[in-house]
Amino acid sequence: MTRAVYESIRAHGEETYPHECCGALLGRASQGRWSIEEAVRAGNTRTDSAHNRYQIAPAELVKIERDARGRGLSIGGFYHSHPDHPAQWSPTDFAEAHWLGCWYVITAVAQGKATVTNSFLLAGTTEEDKHFEQEPIDVTETAEPLAAQAESKKH
Amino acid sequence: MTIYIPTPLRPYAGGKDTLEVSAGTVSGAIEELTQTFPDLRKHLFTGEGKLRAFVNVYLNDEDVRYLPAKESTAVSAGDTLSIVPSIAGGLCGAEFGAQENLFVGAGFETGCLGSSLRG
Repeated sequence: MTRAVYESIRAHGEETYPHECCGALLGRASQGRWSIEEAVRAGNTRTDSAHNRYQIAPAELVKIERDARGRGLSIGGFYHSHPDHPAQWSPTDFAEAHWLGCWYVITAVAQGKATVTNSFLLAGTTEEDKHFEQEPIDVTETAEPLAAQAESKKH
Repeated sequence: MTIYIPTPLRPYAGGKDTLEVSAGTVSGAIEELTQTFPDLRKHLFTGEGKLRAFVNVYLNDEDVRYLPAKESTAVSAGDTLSIVPSIAGGLCGAEFGAQENLFVGAGFETGCLGSSLRG
């Protein structure tokens, strides 16, 4: 993902602290690799328990996806924050993760300051065999074409 | 009408992000979708044939579950049907371990962390 996206999602977590932030990650996929170019902030509808839960309204997701499609982008993942807890997925995160093949990015926010940001791929082919796989976040200065990214990995 | 296929379901729909269908109702449109791409069925429906609880279906900007006729709602050529898996989660603080273990990143294993659930 671009540095702008990376900094944006961490800043979002700091702004909503001590509540969880959430949003969508937009980009393009090619040969199994995602290039995340935009982070779209979403409202957390879990106002009853915003310090330890998040939920994006489906109606907002419909609009986010429609807007992304119009610009040639797709939803490649989502992000949220864990206020005063580690950047590791929780049983709730796992149980409510349904976007197979997409990324779930979690930022730990300690006392209002973003610390660790981790990325997890929801791997598997069904609800029954899904699992998270942690992958390092490749932060780029600009939105590199995927072909260029693949080439750079060879060297 | 146009059905918009979300990212996670595209591998089971020939990589397509949309499908044009000619069905006259919401349920007919979904049936046409799954007839065209049979692999989608298990992702959309339970073994009992019910739409999975986390699958949201929107006719234009309306949640089909809240339309008077629900899945029997009539559709026309200009309508769009969006399939949107739900997005939710969050930490479960009460299940986390000692405070000194916070913010350690990968490998942290107590309480409600993921590795304890991996099978």
